[in-house]
Amino acid sequence: MIDERQLRQRIEQVRTGERSRRSFLREMMVLGLSAPFAAQMLAHSGVAMAAGEVPYPPTKAGGGGTLKLLWWQGPTLLNPHFAVGTKDQDGSRIFYEPLAAWDPDGNLVPILAAEVPSVEAGTVDKDLMWVVWKLKPGVKWHDGTPLTADDCVFNWQYASDPATAATTIGSYKDIKVSKVDDLTIKVEFQKATPFWADAFVSVRGMIIPKHLFDQYKGANSREAPTNLSPVGTGPYLYVDFKPGDLVRGKLNPNYHMPNRPYFDAIEMKGGGDAVSAARAVLQTGEYDFAWNMQVEDELLKRLEDGGKGHVQIFDGGSIEHIQLNNTDPNKDVDGERSSIKTKHPFLTDPAVRQAFNLLVDKASVEKFIYGRTGKATANFVNNPPRFTSKDTSFEFNVEKAKDLLDKAGWKPGGDGIRAKDGISLKVVYQTSINAPRQKNQEIVKQACQKAGIAVEIKAVPASVYFSSDVGNPDTYTKFYTDIQMYTTTMNQPDPGDFMRQFLISEVASKDNKWQGRNIIRWQNADYDALYHASEHETDPVKRAAMFIQMNDMVIKDVAVIPVVYRPSVAAVSSKLHVRLSGWDSYIGDLHNWYADA
Amino acid sequence: MLSYLVRRLLLAAPSLLGISVVLFTVLALAPGDPFSDLASDPSIPPSVAAALRAKFGLDDPVYLRYFHWLAAMLHGDWGFSFASRIDVSTLILQRLPTTLAVIGASQLLALMVAVPVGVYAGVRPYSFFDQVASSLALVGFSLPTFFTGLVLILVFSVNLHWLPFVYRTDMGGSGLPLYWAYIKQAIMPVLVLGLFQGAAWTRFVRASVLDVVRLDYVTTARAKGLSERVVILKHIVRNALIPVVTLVALQMPIVFGGAIITEQIFRVPGIGSLLITAILANDTPVIMGVTFVFACLVIVFNLIADLLYGWLDPRISYR
Repeated sequence: MIDERQLRQRIEQVRTGERSRRSFLREMMVLGLSAPFAAQMLAHSGVAMAAGEVPYPPTKAGGGGTLKLLWWQGPTLLNPHFAVGTKDQDGSRIFYEPLAAWDPDGNLVPILAAEVPSVEAGTVDKDLMWVVWKLKPGVKWHDGTPLTADDCVFNWQYASDPATAATTIGSYKDIKVSKVDDLTIKVEFQKATPFWADAFVSVRGMIIPKHLFDQYKGANSREAPTNLSPVGTGPYLYVDFKPGDLVRGKLNPNYHMPNRPYFDAIEMKGGGDAVSAARAVLQTGEYDFAWNMQVEDELLKRLEDGGKGHVQIFDGGSIEHIQLNNTDPNKDVDGERSSIKTKHPFLTDPAVRQAFNLLVDKASVEKFIYGRTGKATANFVNNPPRFTSKDTSFEFNVEKAKDLLDKAGWKPGGDGIRAKDGISLKVVYQTSINAPRQKNQEIVKQACQKAGIAVEIKAVPASVYFSSDVGNPDTYTKFYTDIQMYTTTMNQPDPGDFMRQFLISEVASKDNKWQGRNIIRWQNADYDALYHASEHETDPVKRAAMFIQMNDMVIKDVAVIPVVYRPSVAAVSSKLHVRLSGWDSYIGDLHNWYADA
Repeated sequence: MLSYLVRRLLLAAPSLLGISVVLFTVLALAPGDPFSDLASDPSIPPSVAAALRAKFGLDDPVYLRYFHWLAAMLHGDWGFSFASRIDVSTLILQRLPTTLAVIGASQLLALMVAVPVGVYAGVRPYSFFDQVASSLALVGFSLPTFFTGLVLILVFSVNLHWLPFVYRTDMGGSGLPLYWAYIKQAIMPVLVLGLFQGAAWTRFVRASVLDVVRLDYVTTARAKGLSERVVILKHIVRNALIPVVTLVALQMPIVFGGAIITEQIFRVPGIGSLLITAILANDTPVIMGVTFVFACLVIVFNLIADLLYGWLDPRISYR
């Protein structure tokens, strides 16, 4: 029988990561302890109940050969503070790490931090004005220099300096970071910040080494040689980089997590297109993992029949939705259409909005267009579950829509199109050129025609539609049509930033060069009040309830019509074991990846 | 000869200048924004993208941006990529060896197919060989490279599992297995490009030979009792190849362009795929750099064609 001292030793091993949680539990069960009881023992000993902990069977680092990743848009740079798209964040993440990462459920997982800060541990201010991060001791940069609090402070100075031209500046410019001791930093906010896990976390939190970038802060940031040959703390050491084509790395023998990484080398190849990338993983097995499979589900299923791999689908914050314009897109006020000074002639009528909501056949869109890659939904915020409303529902009902319009006085005219007071229900419906979207437009158009609403379909090339070109009338932010459809993404597992897009102060207009995020120009004082209250709410449960209420206000008023939420899709070789989070980089959990021999 | 060369080179300068003006204007007028990825991310404040645009001078008037670019270019500074913040010249030099290897190999293949087949078919017009060769050539240059590329992938990668369809530049290993791996991955892109080009050239060589074969001096050569081999190689081919040389030289730059699609299909990290990525990312300095290289290639190969012409046909002199 095991004695108390031995038991404590084992618990300590689990805590430091020498022993996996699973193997501890198994051993305890052999000794006759029930699993929940053993888990409890761990919890009381200060080991966090890691939600959905992934098993990691390899017992030593290395031996896994080369891990071959296929990104159909290759990383073009490897400094995380310059990353323009997710491809750059992914490439950098092979070498650099943040203090903490997001797991699939939107929970924080410590990486370079010793633990996740919490109010209970006294590392998060109860008024949410500061947070204290403790670094994991003994972490070394790839060149052997130890990681210290100075590095973190430097990253803040580096990113927040406008002359550096960092794309991460938004996460760092409004905070103040100070060193408490060699392994502790304090992040202070200007106002209460319920979502304090932005700086130093996940894709915008990767830490670069002070001793190599110190000379290159500010205007000469582009000249740093380390921009091209990263020296990080990650599981792989830099070998080679060709922008847009290839990133190569090899096992870091001094990695700070035991028995990791499993692969001896890593290769991230860029270029080509999504379909052939899926083919290379699922059908020919040339590659182990491919990212961002924007491929029709039917085709993916056919490729999966190849048997070399499977498609892994995981939830994130992307929502394909239809927006109804609250302003008049056909009236020009001071050189601006869809001006906030105008009112849409009929889309401001609640009956018409409700009718549109009933005319979008979301179930068919899911079934016939997106398959597994788009789920019909009634909500604007669909993940993480703690922020998802349960009080909403959707239905497709042409008769009910007709009835609503009849009651509101919109009568069919001679041409079958409904009208009231000389205003006909004729809408222009725009979106980007993209096969699934054009099919979706067609489904909505047919239902509308049955209900007596004329729909004119407009499709704009994506490079124009999604550009911030002030001179072009067809951008989605200008919204010079009656309704439009696209996907917007909540990138963090918190709706704080995301729900700003319905605030009156965010209305897109000529004055702010259409950079305001309230593109539908919706105005609701109650919503604004609730949002501003949430900014000061320190109780996470109450705050979540507020966001659910905001979602419901948007949905009940049909400010937007959610169509499908779109999970992320990856192609994975059947031998490879990965855990993917929609809230972090595809390779945010790379150190835990392994393959069957 | 030398003064001719100098004059031609001097004439090239204004054309390059003109090309750069047109390119820059077109790019400036085209929609798109190198930082649109940032703009569509709701958790990044719009001011971040705006500040970056200002820092990289994207908000300046077009003519000002052009003169900045031109001034730097005259100093040999090609600028840096907005997407990767690396010097454009570094990016191009990184890609050049791959492009040269793949395109060079495919052009060699094309010549090796086109010249013998074309000559043989031309010397024996309407024979069975000629019929078959002409039909195949017609099929070959009618099929676009993206189609033949996909067919090859389906047959040799997906069904037979013989060849990889993703081209890699840095492969581990050494010695013979490494060379074999390089050759294996290059087979399909080289075949696609080479056979497409070869098919077009075959028809051209054949037509050119047909023209020459009927001339009196060929009959004379035969009447002198020269062997058929000497007649063909010394008398027919030499004269028939003059227009072919021009064609090959002039088509060289077009081949670089045509390789863009093939590079994209097989993920060959050449200059073409660099251009495509840059266009998609609205990375103006890189687009300018690459297209400028293409423009220079056109001018240089034009010159080469003219010089070769004189060497092959001494009746042509330079004035």
